Amino acid sequence: MHSSPPDQNFLSHPKGLASWLFTLDHKRIGIMYLILICLAFGLGGFFALSIRLELMRSGEQFMDQDTYNKFFTLHGAVMVFLFIIPSIPATLGNFCLPLMLGAKDVAFPRLNLASWYVYVIGAAFTLFSVVTGAVDTGWTFYSPYSTQSSTSVISMTFGVFILGFSSIFTGLNFVVTIHKMRAPGMTWYQMPLFVWGTYATSVIQVLATPVLGITLLLLILEKTLGIGIFNPEMGGDPVLFQHFFWFYSHPAVYIMILPGMAIISELIAVHSHKKIFGYKLIAYSSVAIALLGFLVWGHHMFVSGQSEFSSMVFSFITFFIGIPTGIKIFNWMTTLYKGQICLTTPMLYALAFLILFTIGGLTGIFLGALGLDIHLHDTYFVVAHFHYVMMGGTVIAFLGGIHHWWPKIFGKMYSEFWGRIAFVFIFLGFNMTFFNQFMLGSQGMPRRYHDYSGLYKTDLFERYHGFSSYGAMVLGVGFLIIATYLIASLFNGKAASNNPWGGLTFEWATSSPPPTENFREEPIFKHGPYDYDKVLPENI
Amino acid sequence: MEQQGTFNLPPAASTLAPMYDQLFYFIYWLSVFFFVVITVGTIVFAVKFRKKKGEAFRLTSGFCHNTPLELFWSVIPTILMFVIFVWGFRAYMQFFVIPGNAMEVRVTAQQWKWIFEYPEGAKSDILVVPDGKPIKLLMSSRDVLHSLYIPDFRVKMDVVPNRYTSLWFQSDHKGEYDLYCTEYCGQQHSVMTTRVSVRSDTEYRKWIEENSVTPTGDVLYKRYGCNTCHTLDGSPGNGPTFKNILGRQETMSDGDVISVDENYLRESILEPKAKVVQGYEPVMPTFQGTLSPDELDSIINFIKTVK
Ligand code: HEC
Ligand SMILES: [Cu+2]
Ligand SMILES: [Cu+2]
Repeated sequence: MHSSPPDQNFLSHPKGLASWLFTLDHKRIGIMYLILICLAFGLGGFFALSIRLELMRSGEQFMDQDTYNKFFTLHGAVMVFLFIIPSIPATLGNFCLPLMLGAKDVAFPRLNLASWYVYVIGAAFTLFSVVTGAVDTGWTFYSPYSTQSSTSVISMTFGVFILGFSSIFTGLNFVVTIHKMRAPGMTWYQMPLFVWGTYATSVIQVLATPVLGITLLLLILEKTLGIGIFNPEMGGDPVLFQHFFWFYSHPAVYIMILPGMAIISELIAVHSHKKIFGYKLIAYSSVAIALLGFLVWGHHMFVSGQSEFSSMVFSFITFFIGIPTGIKIFNWMTTLYKGQICLTTPMLYALAFLILFTIGGLTGIFLGALGLDIHLHDTYFVVAHFHYVMMGGTVIAFLGGIHHWWPKIFGKMYSEFWGRIAFVFIFLGFNMTFFNQFMLGSQGMPRRYHDYSGLYKTDLFERYHGFSSYGAMVLGVGFLIIATYLIASLFNGKAASNNPWGGLTFEWATSSPPPTENFREEPIFKHGPYDYDKVLPENI
Repeated sequence: MEQQGTFNLPPAASTLAPMYDQLFYFIYWLSVFFFVVITVGTIVFAVKFRKKKGEAFRLTSGFCHNTPLELFWSVIPTILMFVIFVWGFRAYMQFFVIPGNAMEVRVTAQQWKWIFEYPEGAKSDILVVPDGKPIKLLMSSRDVLHSLYIPDFRVKMDVVPNRYTSLWFQSDHKGEYDLYCTEYCGQQHSVMTTRVSVRSDTEYRKWIEENSVTPTGDVLYKRYGCNTCHTLDGSPGNGPTFKNILGRQETMSDGDVISVDENYLRESILEPKAKVVQGYEPVMPTFQGTLSPDELDSIINFIKTVK
């Protein structure tokens, strides 16, 4: 085995822009994704903040209806398709998965690079539509409005269609990697739970994404060739579009959250130096969630006019899927018991996840209950619910994961002090923004409203909206702090040890940052990923 | 009788509402319970088992499995979920089984207006109903998806083109309530709101009588939502302004030039896509079948006179 000299790592060698753009190294591809995904998050965040400022008071503030409609569409589309779906798998997944398996790279390094380029092309089409007048259909592109809208729906949906391939490539690559590239001696039940979560996610990416692709293609055909598929004016069925769309987009919710859960399992075990509670149940429940996730799409359509019988079945399965999720939370909480807990920045995010994601999950029960959904559907209650899941869950986990693996990726420690300060801003800002939106919604405020003046409930709505907008600013400051100290750490951060948190998985056994070939000596599987009761961590 | 709302829910002004509210508060208190258990558990563990300053890593407990505990937190939530599912389903069916004696109001949704048509033939852009009587709304859309939502009644249903959907409610509480569109439907989605007025039976009859005569064109102009796309003062909109429209020379998308007269106006309203004015999108819905012949006359008469 060829091994690089000790002073060389994957960041420092080889040098030059071309060596990055044509790299086949999963770690470099992970970083290239990370850069684009952070930019996408910034862009989506800009739209979010603008929306919040517009809604701060009743009446038009500074955006007219058309701009507002475009902004909330772009916020949704950018956050969903450019940020959150690729976020964890393409960045931390890419970086950590081969390392955790003790492998040199993913199974298909070229496909991996291709997926990055496909992402760039897809993003270009999506953003091209922003330049050419943007889209005002909502990220859901519901027909017949999307068929009729004169905005650049085609360019955007085509962009999303392309992005789907990037997602499929990554998923496929990971599935094969996990099956074929585990270190000698590592069985399925000895894989870190991050790998299990990534596996479940990849399966959904491969199976569900084509359906979105087909749906969007049909929409494009309808718009360009006038073939009636969804638009009733041409003999189509608009409810069919919703079925197709959610057949992908509900499983996509799990593409977003499962990797978050995967990170949390690592963070909690490592930072509490404790064997994870219920390993197998956590692993199985990821897979169970992934599979059951295909059978609940109709819970987005309880008041769409679908039959009551279908609604009943969808509601039932929806509750069923809640149970493995609940079990995971109890498992993570119990893992803390009798641990040796370090309240580091990543751990703070993991604990915040337990609290915020619980709120997200519990409020899902309100929405899954058929009768209640009639009242709550398409109100801010739903907005609050999925932000608690997507942001309180996935984004918080992502932040935790970034902080956790940052020393490994860049070989530098960030400022723990600023890390905690930023955490406080994020935690408070997030709750200020979204918690009151539950009340806003259960009091009746509909989604996607540019203005809420002239209603009987205007005063009530204004109180909640105003508070939300202040929260969004606090949240924004939190993200700016994070960006600042993380970037600063690259230049003046302390050098990180190989194993700063005392982890037992393979990635902590190699140097920080790792050499191009990941491990200087062939890694041998000696102990389980969470055997904190048997082995003491090394190289701290 | 004024209904009071709570911190979480608006006033329960329909006969269905109390049932939903009970379910809501059942789930609410369960959630509070589980939330407290998890939050307190997390915080207590995190503090109690914290690594002391300067303490070295040691081997920790191998506690990772406990069958009774695991059964407990799987089975109890499963039972609770089942209870909620059944409860939710029963509430849902109450909403879908429409009482046979319900009074039927036809609802037409169009970008960005609601039109209500009563059994007696009257039409209006607010929903006026008698109290103490089940009301069925039979709804359809003329263009894109909309959704009719009355928070204080806890009812909502999508309104779909080329298909009927329906919902019902009964309110025993006289008063005025908000009615919203909750399915995003384009530019003016957020102004597609109106109100529901629940009145006594006699007040309702009186109102119906007053509204049974064909209103003047300026009222119809607003009722049918022409005002959401056409202005009267010459300012731009989604459609051409009505100011000085009679006799105006207009270029069509196929290049023809037309001088606007009564027949052209009539055709534009009944078959808007037959001739599309250059520079505009063909987004105007047809009003064939919506406007009665009298209404059509009076609206054309009105448009002609806008100066
Ligand atoms: C959703 C927006 C919309 C609504 C609502 C709407 N229109 Fe229009 N209308 C248009 C547009 C756009 C055009 C121009 C394109 C065309 O000719 O179809 C138009 C054209 C017209 C014209 C021809 C104008 C000209 O200058 O040639 C008339 C007359 C008209 N509408 C009447 C009405 C009446 C009456 C109503 C209400 C009953 C109404 N419209 C409702 C959008 C709308
Ligand atoms: Cu869903
Ligand atoms: Cu609407």
